[in-house]
Amino acid sequence: MGGYCGLCGEPRDDLPHAACDARLALEPPRFCTSCRRRMKVQVTPRGWSAECVEHGVVTG
Amino acid sequence: MTDILERARDRALDRGEGLSYDELVEVLRLPDDQVPALLELAHGVRMKHCGPEVEVEGIISLKTGGCPEDCHFCSQSGQFTSPVRSVWLDIPQLVRAAEETAATGATEFCIVAAVRGPDERLMSQVRDGIRAIQEAVDINVACSLGMLTQEQVDDLAAMGVHRYNHNLEAARSYFPSVVTTHSYEERWDTCQMVRAAGMELCCGGLVGMGETLEQRAELAAQLAELDPHEVPLNFLNPRPGTPFGDLPLMDSADALRTIAAFRLAMPRTILRYAGGRELTLGDLGTRDGLLGGINAVIVGNYLTTLGRDADEDLALLSDLKMPIKELAKTL
Ligand code: SF4
Ligand SMILES: [Zn+2]
Ligand SMILES: [Zn+2]
Repeated sequence: MGGYCGLCGEPRDDLPHAACDARLALEPPRFCTSCRRRMKVQVTPRGWSAECVEHGVVTG
Repeated sequence: MTDILERARDRALDRGEGLSYDELVEVLRLPDDQVPALLELAHGVRMKHCGPEVEVEGIISLKTGGCPEDCHFCSQSGQFTSPVRSVWLDIPQLVRAAEETAATGATEFCIVAAVRGPDERLMSQVRDGIRAIQEAVDINVACSLGMLTQEQVDDLAAMGVHRYNHNLEAARSYFPSVVTTHSYEERWDTCQMVRAAGMELCCGGLVGMGETLEQRAELAAQLAELDPHEVPLNFLNPRPGTPFGDLPLMDSADALRTIAAFRLAMPRTILRYAGGRELTLGDLGTRDGLLGGINAVIVGNYLTTLGRDADEDLALLSDLKMPIKELAKTL
């Protein structure tokens, strides 16, 4: 699968991230899944957006 | 029925008076099989002294992260290796968040900043933000901007801030284990100034931070002494990288005992579910707490974490036949 875990920032291939994936139901990602940079995250009452300087904005 | 429940019925339900510290300790020590009776009593106190309405609020982080303080539970402190990065919200985004909040039926919208206290830049952003919200949205604006000077208190009151949040966070005896960069007394002083200026005071704290049961009772008793208009109750959600990041989640029965104890300490306050309830209580426990003394919720997301879907909470309130409190028109 490759890439990085949005929650803990570790490589996806090395470790199991099921617990991280479950936690992503109750928090936004903090790490870019492409490059592992910490993202600028803004949470709003009904959504969130997270921005990587290199890979742009993801929302949820 | 045990002796303490009988005394609590007499004091809190019949007379509307809060329990003492010693009585709150007894409440928190009640065995599991007494918890349903305790919650029923706390619910009765809430219904009699506050009514069935639930106050709904939304919150927004105007300035996230990079805080110089070291509150050990907080992912926004700049002193820990938390993954939360510093970010500011602009005014159009702030107004949009207020609109989203109002659309849920909420009557309160709280603007929060991760700071020790506001500087000129933050005060001016808040001033512009409140003006823009007041022009576009019918909602009460609250603020939570840390410790204030008297001048800032007066400025916020003049801007029309309806309620100011400043938590005690922890019992006085446990506070130095939670925060070392400012004191419990500094927090207490800001709370007193806020109230003296005529704003409603919102002041609560967190439980599940490793405090003893006695310190939990102490926090409830100290809040009761302060007598805030609203008390937000948070359950620790251990944040990675913070000193409390490895603490276990609070036991759900203890969380429910705490809700009931807070209600019995403060029969007439607005007791709000704040952060951590999703993890600590889950869906079932959330319902139990609303039937155990809670009469206010934060709807939607928190500052850095996500909440339950707002529609699920609103459906639960309607299921429980608890109407959402409406905006009081004082014109
Ligand atoms: S003052 Fe507020 S934002 Fe700053 S570390 Fe403490 S709780 Fe977090
Ligand atoms: Zn992970
Ligand atoms: Zn990236």
